[in-house]
Amino acid sequence: MPAASPLLRYVLRRADDALILGHRLSEWCGHAPMMEEDMALANMGLDLLGQARALYTYAGEVEGVGRNEDDFAYRRIERDYENLLLTEQPNGDFAHTMLRQFLYAAFAYPYWQAMMTSPDATLAAIAAKSEKEMAYHLRHSAEWMLRLGDGTAESHRRLAAALEILWPTTGELFTTDEGEQALIAQAIATDPESVRPQWTATVTQTLTQATIEIPAKAWMHTGGRQGRHSEAFGHLLTELQYVQRLIPNATW
Amino acid sequence: MPTPNTPIWEVFIRSRNGLAHKHVGSLHAADATLALQAARDLYTRRGEGLSIWVVPTASITASDPQDREMLFEPTASKPYRHPTFYEIPDEVGHM
Repeated sequence: MPAASPLLRYVLRRADDALILGHRLSEWCGHAPMMEEDMALANMGLDLLGQARALYTYAGEVEGVGRNEDDFAYRRIERDYENLLLTEQPNGDFAHTMLRQFLYAAFAYPYWQAMMTSPDATLAAIAAKSEKEMAYHLRHSAEWMLRLGDGTAESHRRLAAALEILWPTTGELFTTDEGEQALIAQAIATDPESVRPQWTATVTQTLTQATIEIPAKAWMHTGGRQGRHSEAFGHLLTELQYVQRLIPNATW
Repeated sequence: MPTPNTPIWEVFIRSRNGLAHKHVGSLHAADATLALQAARDLYTRRGEGLSIWVVPTASITASDPQDREMLFEPTASKPYRHPTFYEIPDEVGHM
């Protein structure tokens, strides 16, 4: 197969972010601390799954060799997924999951908002839908940041511990490569770096209000955007792809 | 599990402009903001809502079911309160 075009790779990366984070949220189904949050997590997971489906379908059109959303979601190997490392991090406890959602939504909300003006009509339409969904994810997760951080000693300890683990995966949110730079130059894609000031302001304000200290400087992990994943990703994929591996082309 | 001190909230949804908010159910939430978000997540998943109210269950004063006869039975013998005994002239049309 020829090397993927910059646009195909760009679309697949965003689709992978949504699929993998959505899958992580789906793992909470039936396990959340309370029924109300079980539904909230599943709703957010379904939002992301919807975004992934739209993006994979578009990727199939861009590629033009007949691959559909299921081919991309279920029939690729580990190295072919180029999602952010942040999105594949294990759920951990509730504070961990909510923090991961907050860190992602604080980026995705302004990012999709900016993408609404893309001259690529499909991407602009997906952005318009995603922007509203991510606005709610941000609002919901930010409320939990305040309550967990400024709640009990136990909830504060758990949120602070989660930040220590997740913070080093946030640098990758703003990375691009040559292909993406070309799309940015044509204004088809938004430069993630342009969203950094808003992300930093949201995260700093919310976590400060939540009495959680932000790590001053940290080593930032990268690799997800090149298909180099953390150890947990293989296990995630095993579960995600199980039915398609067991019964290829299964439908219902 | 909600901790014992997680209050219960009653949820009211207004589905269309011009209609009243209608009671749809209840939920547990630590405070009003989270109750509103939980109401959105639990009760508006199929496009039911344009507006949500949440009210702490504890702030609702309810009639005692044991008072039912005293409160409600006396009306049974007063059918004249229903506006069904009037002849409506044809010209009025729908009322």
